[in-house]
Amino acid sequence: MRNAIRLTFAAAALSLALCAPGASLAKDKKKDDSAAVKAARDFDKNPYPSTYKPYPGAPTALIGATVFDGAGGRIEGGTVLFADGKVVGVGGADLAIPAGYTRIDGRGKFVTPGIIDAHSHLGVYASPAVQAQSDGNEMTDPTTPEVWAEHSVWPQDPGFSRAMANGGVTALQVLPGSGNLMGGRSVTLKNVYARTIQGMKFPGAPYRLKMACGENPKRVYGAKGRMPSTRMGNFAVNREMWIKAQEYRRKRDEGKLESRDLAMETLAGVLDGEILIQNHCYKAEEMALVVDMAKEAGYKVSTFHHAVEAYKIGDLLKENDICSAVWADWWGFKMESYDGIPENAGLLYKAGACVVIHSDDENGIQRLNQEAAKAQGDAHRIGIDVPDAEVIRWLTLNPAKAIGIDKLTGSLAEGKMADVVLWNGNPLSVYSRPEKVWVDGALLFDAQNPARRPVSDFELGQSGEGDVK
Amino acid sequence: MTAPRKFAGIAVALLAAAAVPAAAQDMAITNARLVIGDGSAPIEGGTVVVRGGRVVAAGADVAVPAGVPVTDAGGKWVTPGLVVAVTDLGLVDVGAVDESNDEEAKKARFSAALDIAPAINPLAQPIAVSRAGGVTRAAVAPLSTAAIFEGQGAVIDLGADPGAVTAARAFQYVELGEGGAELSGGSRIAAVAELRNALGEARELAAAPAGSRRDDVLLNRGDALALVPVVNGKQPLFVHVERAADIRMALALRAEFPQLRLVIVGASEGWMVAGDLAAAGVPVLATPLNDLPARFEQLGATQSNVGRMAKAGVKVSLGAFFDQPRYAPQYAGNLVALTRVPGATGLSWDQAFAAISSGPAEAIGMGDRFGSLRPGRAGDVVIWDGDPLEVTSGVLKVYIDGVEQPLSNHQTRLRDRYAKPLTGDLPKAYDW
Repeated sequence: MRNAIRLTFAAAALSLALCAPGASLAKDKKKDDSAAVKAARDFDKNPYPSTYKPYPGAPTALIGATVFDGAGGRIEGGTVLFADGKVVGVGGADLAIPAGYTRIDGRGKFVTPGIIDAHSHLGVYASPAVQAQSDGNEMTDPTTPEVWAEHSVWPQDPGFSRAMANGGVTALQVLPGSGNLMGGRSVTLKNVYARTIQGMKFPGAPYRLKMACGENPKRVYGAKGRMPSTRMGNFAVNREMWIKAQEYRRKRDEGKLESRDLAMETLAGVLDGEILIQNHCYKAEEMALVVDMAKEAGYKVSTFHHAVEAYKIGDLLKENDICSAVWADWWGFKMESYDGIPENAGLLYKAGACVVIHSDDENGIQRLNQEAAKAQGDAHRIGIDVPDAEVIRWLTLNPAKAIGIDKLTGSLAEGKMADVVLWNGNPLSVYSRPEKVWVDGALLFDAQNPARRPVSDFELGQSGEGDVK
Repeated sequence: MTAPRKFAGIAVALLAAAAVPAAAQDMAITNARLVIGDGSAPIEGGTVVVRGGRVVAAGADVAVPAGVPVTDAGGKWVTPGLVVAVTDLGLVDVGAVDESNDEEAKKARFSAALDIAPAINPLAQPIAVSRAGGVTRAAVAPLSTAAIFEGQGAVIDLGADPGAVTAARAFQYVELGEGGAELSGGSRIAAVAELRNALGEARELAAAPAGSRRDDVLLNRGDALALVPVVNGKQPLFVHVERAADIRMALALRAEFPQLRLVIVGASEGWMVAGDLAAAGVPVLATPLNDLPARFEQLGATQSNVGRMAKAGVKVSLGAFFDQPRYAPQYAGNLVALTRVPGATGLSWDQAFAAISSGPAEAIGMGDRFGSLRPGRAGDVVIWDGDPLEVTSGVLKVYIDGVEQPLSNHQTRLRDRYAKPLTGDLPKAYDW
């Protein structure tokens, strides 16, 4: 697992740039606020707004397939209707199909919501993986909540196309790496190529902050001869930051800030509940400590990423409503992964905790469905039977919840984004692949039509341009 | 392969079991969906018989000799053990824990002379975990040295016994392409010069092994001696290259060193030179699913690479994936999936399984010793609870040299301990 040794991360901050603007600000604004105070308080929380617009799509009826709705539902011989970018209806063979819908025969095939990867570095560690494109870890300071992954993403990463064509991925969270304790804000993308990163940004997605436990930060900074060089150092540095953030927030709310501070704005946003924490953390004891640190500082962890030891503390994770984003069976590539087991997801499911299967890898993102199926098989062998429809939730609605977009996508429900995959067989089989992928109702991949196969700028004129990949 | 008396054979075996003491390496499995592993189709109701640790017969109409213990597979899949070529199994406990990791020797004073075999640790957890995934043999390489030569790889079995090494010094490994360039001074040009010089010095040494060497040689005697069997064709030379042009360059080495037994490793762009590879008859151990331009030497990468090479007649199998060896069936299954993707080229199921069993064994030059259930091969056998290439399937039993293997390991023990997560009257530490 050499590629896994690369620093990874979980950054997540679900913050809604769209949440009620200024909701956390002090209520009693003084009329004589100085310009500086106003600037520090009333800044634009969404200065790089999404310009993504859904592409045109025909009203479509998928008929006769096995439908997994992403929320645990399964319909045999189902009908899925979508139009104008939204899901119009999901039901059985008796669901009426309005006039004007393009009918697609799905018999023998399967339909799921678009797959969502809650943990990707596409764009920030793009292919080719040359130093010039290594933009995921700002390892010049152990806490860099001021950096934003969206300022590193290369929207022409060829990896986006593979994730769609082979993995059915329609949305993903791109995170900073895990070299830092606070790695920066992540960005949620529609998996749709665009000329600009704003053109890929998922409209309505909250911001999130990536944090990291354990080996990586202490190794990176210990090697530089500075704090943290130990796990206790990791916590001390984090706690100092949260104390500063609390102070910053207090001053902000009292109208006493004289200047802006990008790092503190992010941390204050976390304390406000607008920016969601995505915490790379492998080990049970560290996750438990982070849960208490969050309570001490006054924020909530949305998701632990990697979480190879989550199975040891499923009860604690359930109690605190924290999702675990895990691999099926990555193991042994570093000390903190030594207690990973393939039954991790199954045991978490049994404990009633939120399970997300993530990739953290430009290859793994192409096979998230297979990873989930592996976890299902390993659970089955110890007597934990997870229905297919629940396993699909690990790839759709649960990651949507983990990154704060579950009201918008992640399941096939009326009014949600028409992010849909038609598979040529059960997606929980190694033999199945996406046949068609729609994002907001637009057909953006069709295995039977090379004209519906994305090719990034980088691959034009290269060997194998437009190849099936 | 005797007369069609399979059911009678089982009965005889059961009756006679008590009469003749069976050797520990004798066993038979009946009522199997039997995969020979040589590219042939699965056999329903098949039987495999192992005596003295070797397969003596496998097929539909095979009688079990008296005295051989029989396991009824109940119609389940039975296959040869998986063979994974080019892996670090046995050299590493934990990848990023340097003290436990013997695959890097950047400060070593030797390169080609380095012999991996003595460092193999049969008790390393990755071996136990891989064994539980159905992997029974592995070609262990490369070391990461300061030179393009990464040492002499070993072939091992994954048995739970001290005798792991099937063959020491089984092959030499050389890094060309971008990796070789970096190791030799910054350019492919330097890497090729290093390689040609080294093989030349080895040839001189082979011609006069007792004589004194020139005083301007670059290789120390150990490294030069280690390359003698390479240059005279007695030891295969694994060459890691990805780019089409680098593959051609590697094949061209044979004009100058005609006895080289090349094996191409990696080969992301192999499909672009499939005709050359097929004509050369050179085996390829391809990284299975590379489909990204991860490096400039892999711009043409596609998952159809293996299928296209196979279709062109290249002796291609899977290897050189530096993650967990137990992923081999998943990778093979993905190549089967490609046969249903318009415009893609994959492998049939039978080809795909051979690509993780007999194929790598043959690439190593040991196809007559293991990798399939043809007579004479090692009794490395796996019973699966489903289609072995399907991701939801798992392993039920593993035999190596006819000996049933333990499947427990660090992971299974943790699993058992935490199957019930809450602590009881004592801490978890007392639950073992």
